[in-house]
Amino acid sequence: MSKMIMTEAKLFLREPGGLIFAILLPLVLLIGLGNVIPGLREANPEMGGQRGIDGYFPAMMTILSVVTMALTVLPGTLAAYREAGVLRRMSTTPVSPIRVLAAQLVNNLAVSVIATTLLVVLGHLFLDVPVPKNPLPFVGVFLLGTASLFAVGLLIAAVAPNAKSAPAIGSLLMFPLMFMAGMWFPREFLPDLLQRIGDFLPLAPFGQALRDTWAGGAPQPLNLAVMAVTLLLFGGLAARLFRWQ
Amino acid sequence: MKVIEVANLRKRYRDRLAVDDVSFTVEEGEIFGVLGPNGAGKTTTVECVAGLRTPDSGTVRVLGGLHRDALKEELGVQLQSSALPEKIKVWEALDLYASFYSRPADWNALLERVGLADKRDARYGKLSGGQQQRLSIALALVGDPKVAILDELTTGLDPQARRDTWDLIEQVRADGVTIVLVTHFMEEAERLCDRIALIDSGRVVAVDSPAGLISRVDRQQTVRFRPSGPLDDAVLKALPEVTGVHSAGGRVEVTGTGDLLLAITTALAAAGVVPADLRVEQATLDDAFLALTGKKITHGDAR
Repeated sequence: MSKMIMTEAKLFLREPGGLIFAILLPLVLLIGLGNVIPGLREANPEMGGQRGIDGYFPAMMTILSVVTMALTVLPGTLAAYREAGVLRRMSTTPVSPIRVLAAQLVNNLAVSVIATTLLVVLGHLFLDVPVPKNPLPFVGVFLLGTASLFAVGLLIAAVAPNAKSAPAIGSLLMFPLMFMAGMWFPREFLPDLLQRIGDFLPLAPFGQALRDTWAGGAPQPLNLAVMAVTLLLFGGLAARLFRWQ
Repeated sequence: MKVIEVANLRKRYRDRLAVDDVSFTVEEGEIFGVLGPNGAGKTTTVECVAGLRTPDSGTVRVLGGLHRDALKEELGVQLQSSALPEKIKVWEALDLYASFYSRPADWNALLERVGLADKRDARYGKLSGGQQQRLSIALALVGDPKVAILDELTTGLDPQARRDTWDLIEQVRADGVTIVLVTHFMEEAERLCDRIALIDSGRVVAVDSPAGLISRVDRQQTVRFRPSGPLDDAVLKALPEVTGVHSAGGRVEVTGTGDLLLAITTALAAAGVVPADLRVEQATLDDAFLALTGKKITHGDAR
């Protein structure tokens, strides 16, 4: 299994796209925009007197990294493997192609962990972003949210008709989800209805719970519940619908 | 020893009957061909043998009844259209696949054997079609199997790459691996296979050696030549192998059976005549298939 994970990791590193969009872009945005936009470093009465960089902004960059891996890189790779017959070839060996899937999940999780760690550490060093004040709930929220998005990605991989359409479907879903989650401006500025809808979609609860725990608060139960349901529902559907060839 | 025993195999997909009734046995150490036109049910048959599909009815016994992982340890499979990630290196693929088996072959030696030693660090996507196929064969053999199933191995290869692949298969057999070769390419079956199962519309039409299949259609051969000097037809007609002689315009056409060519050349030598432009025409597997099924095998891109 370790050889499979190593091989998949090497293959991931050979595709610069994944690294750029999942690790570099959020990091550059965090530090670049954090320095350029003064409003992010001032207390904002609309956000209860918090500064943007206290939770909102780094949380958005974290979900940007995770959602990129989960909705485009993961389904794209798996659908391409299925289309090329990589999974079919593996099914002729004593090893089940489920291991490829597992190796993919491990590697995608590793990338998300690395990206998030870099965001926390470098954000703190270069932008004075506070380190999450409530580390255990923060890590818990991160793992639950990441798992729920991976489940969505697996379902995309399961239902995408071919290798090209999988990342395309992922991107198509990603933008409205990111908008609802407050990627371009905080959710507080969205109309109430959109905020309510966002509460029940996969990404916004993750972003909100990360913000809350980053700033030292507790995650809201509704957010946790939506993430957990997403994980079970989408994960269950993916397991049911996934085709190996 | 029987390595594979298939009896009354039947497999229906939702919309069509892929395999109707297929039975055959494969003996240890032979190259067994599964030959038939596209859509005849060849791939479904070998997928059932390899344990990748469950037949609706009928039985498959491989190596005395191995199943699941035990079967996959001993059975190497190269399937049609199963690629590798574009960016994986040749050695990484072999190393990875070797790790799937409990007693793998030495993949470095395998790399030499399939002629890819100098492509060790090349990426899969950069290999030529022939090289990809040879890597594919190496992956099917990396578990050190007793039996290898190779499906449409040379389809899409140029003639040189195809001949190289054939040589490789003969070497593998010489190492004692029993080979099941699925093909719709006559020349390949004729050149490599000890025995062939002719499959059409999900049924076995005949199982025999290539020569045996051909002799079922037409025992008649035709020999044509230009005699160097005057030749009395009676010399040839007197031979027991000869059934007919026709000479016109300085050319002679002789039909007959058995060791026709040897009989003719011996008789000509005795008569002091040298045959120029000597040609023998025999029925081919194509003719055999046509006679047995009333159809021609489509060559597709293997032509």
